[in-house]
Amino acid sequence: MALLEAKHVTKQFGGLTAVNDVSLTIEAGSIVSVIGPNGAGKTTFFNVLTGIYKPTKGTIIFDGKDITGLRPDQITALGICRTFQNIRLFNAMTVLENVLVGMHTRLHAGLWQIILGTSAVRAEERAALERARELLRFVNLDHQRNQLARNLPYGDQRRLEIARALASSPKLILLDEPTAGMNPQETAEATDLIRRLRDELGITVVLIEHDMRVVMTISERITVLDYGTKIAEGLPEEIRSNPRVIEAYLGKGAAAHGVER
Amino acid sequence: MAADNRQVDQPPSFWALLRTTAGRGPAPYVLILAYAAIVSALLLFNPTTGLGTDMVVVLFLLLMFVIYRAPTMLAFKLTLGTILLAVVMPVFGVLNPFYIDVVTKAGMFAALALGLNVVVGFAGLLDLGYVAFFAVGAYLWGIFSTPQISNIVPGMEPLHGSWFWLFLAIGLAVGAFFGVLLGLPVLRLRGDYLAIVTLGLGEVIRVLATNLDRPINITNGAQGIKDIGRPPLFVEPVFQALGINISRVQEYQLYFYFLVLLVLALTVFVVHRLNNSRIGRAWTAIREDETAAIAMGIPLVRMKLLAFAVGASFAGTMGVIFSALQTFINPPTFDLLRSIGILSMVILGGMGSIPGTMLGAVIVTLLDLQLLPRIASELAALQRRGVPIPSWFDPAQYQRLLFGLLLIIMMIFRPEGLLPEDRRRQELHHDEPEPAPEPKTAAQVSESAQSAEG
Ligand SMILES: Nc1ncnc2c1ncn2[C@@H]1O[C@H](COP(=O)(O)OP(=O)(O)OP(=O)(O)O)[C@@H](O)[C@H]1O
Ligand SMILES: [Mg+2]
Repeated sequence: MALLEAKHVTKQFGGLTAVNDVSLTIEAGSIVSVIGPNGAGKTTFFNVLTGIYKPTKGTIIFDGKDITGLRPDQITALGICRTFQNIRLFNAMTVLENVLVGMHTRLHAGLWQIILGTSAVRAEERAALERARELLRFVNLDHQRNQLARNLPYGDQRRLEIARALASSPKLILLDEPTAGMNPQETAEATDLIRRLRDELGITVVLIEHDMRVVMTISERITVLDYGTKIAEGLPEEIRSNPRVIEAYLGKGAAAHGVER
Repeated sequence: MAADNRQVDQPPSFWALLRTTAGRGPAPYVLILAYAAIVSALLLFNPTTGLGTDMVVVLFLLLMFVIYRAPTMLAFKLTLGTILLAVVMPVFGVLNPFYIDVVTKAGMFAALALGLNVVVGFAGLLDLGYVAFFAVGAYLWGIFSTPQISNIVPGMEPLHGSWFWLFLAIGLAVGAFFGVLLGLPVLRLRGDYLAIVTLGLGEVIRVLATNLDRPINITNGAQGIKDIGRPPLFVEPVFQALGINISRVQEYQLYFYFLVLLVLALTVFVVHRLNNSRIGRAWTAIREDETAAIAMGIPLVRMKLLAFAVGASFAGTMGVIFSALQTFINPPTFDLLRSIGILSMVILGGMGSIPGTMLGAVIVTLLDLQLLPRIASELAALQRRGVPIPSWFDPAQYQRLLFGLLLIIMMIFRPEGLLPEDRRRQELHHDEPEPAPEPKTAAQVSESAQSAEG
């Protein structure tokens, strides 16, 4: 069953077409990669899917619902959440609070209930705290929960971003270069974590990734963007040997690989 | 543990020693009680007006923050705080009416600053027009409790003072309404742009207050509104029964003192509850990273408007109280400088921090109303007695300069404010069942103390 269907999505910034007529179907329960050289429009595509940008053309169907043009918070509430290419944590908040913020759409306490401190609110907060701790244990960060996010080491910040995204109980998680800037061991751990998202939590994963080893080991399907256009789609081995993909990458020079901004 | 070894290697500094000995066992109780007793005695047995008493009042108010931070039982803190604020201060206020006025104003500004702190400190929306909501509340009661109202609703009599209580709630609602109204046009703006537009909107309200005397005389223009109604006193019989004879003026002073204290306590309560809820977390998230906040499912528009509304509602209520307290209001009371004054309280105390904001409000108000004028008048007295201070130097003219210098020095040496927001400490108090993560060790304390000294 298709969880997400992007149909002929185009995004233009003035004269620049960052995403050009991209169609993509994501099956529920799959792990899919989006790859492409720098500036190919991968992040922009994510931004369109999550409602940060409205598409210039095209429609997006999620879970049987047309979500084109909805606000980001509405889309998050429906079950799509994401991480950012350049980490965007709430730096002055603690690790635990970061996860609690991610839970916003799943909590329902209103202004007056909060002021009155009703038992419903207190029960909800307690449950939220417990769930946040559970998620932190899942990404192995529980011992750091009272640290400020800004004080975490880089790899931990990446994992916290994933935990924060998980807090919204998504059906689909979009990871924008989750292993960027990591050493081989951290990369292996991150790869493992991504697989556990699907295997243990049953969440569909779409990731943007430059590290070809990660892409090839983890993805069930791969979509390749170049200059905003989808130039290939298929199984990892098909993509590996696809001449257009090789050209897109080698044409840009091998330096484009893995080197992030 | 490693930390303990380090402590042996490195003799702890004086401050670390003081902290560890003063913070252990019965020591904090004894020290605080002694402090409270001395200050109370000084206030009650020497209620003169002068620089000395000024200092004692400052020490008294600082004591509140010492009690707040002290490592003692909550019940002890509450009891002592209540005795000091509800008994010592009012009695002193009866003996010396000057100071209770200042303390009431300090409480009023503390509540205002807390409201602004919701907008600026929590949600990170720099609002330079905050005093507009204070003005709205003040004019609301000012118009309805004076003959002004008959210009708007022909034939309507000024409301009796007993309506005041209802108007505290109406001021809250009208403040919130104006908060949303002035919030709507600035929703898309960030940072500098937001500051400029809110500054403009604040001025709009003041200009309206100045010019809405034509074609219908609503605000009475630049002359302002006088003889604003006051709530009826209801404790007079109690005083008489107790054989206490105080003037009506003093009774009103006590009345407003307790009212402001009550409203301030409610404000602290509400702001604290909100800050530790999903709403407060959403505000902080918006402050930290707007894009990430929306991506995490926070409805930006609703949360920003809520911040504006909550902040403005406190100002609305305080405006009602202010107009009844002063019995006279005019447009210059609500100028940009007032907004900036309240903002400086928030920044001085520590943006986002509830106790910090209150400390900032107390300090700025005391400096403004009491200490700086006092220093100026002492200098002027010296001048008259022939101390060689050049005659072109008029101390009264320079008190704002001193205030400005203080702000600059503060921002250079402690940009995060006097009592900055401390999210980590908050969290430590939250989860009791788990073994709490390491408390600050003595070695760390001495380190931070040293870095503070160096
Ligand atoms: N807000 C924006 N306004 C204008 N142009 C933009 C904007 N966001 C992205 N672009 C442009 O769109 C193109 C695609 O950018 P995008 O960030 O999506 O690439 P990417 O595939 O994620 O690249 P990278 O691998 O470097 O992250 C780039 O040319 C970029 O400059
Ligand atoms: Mg990108």
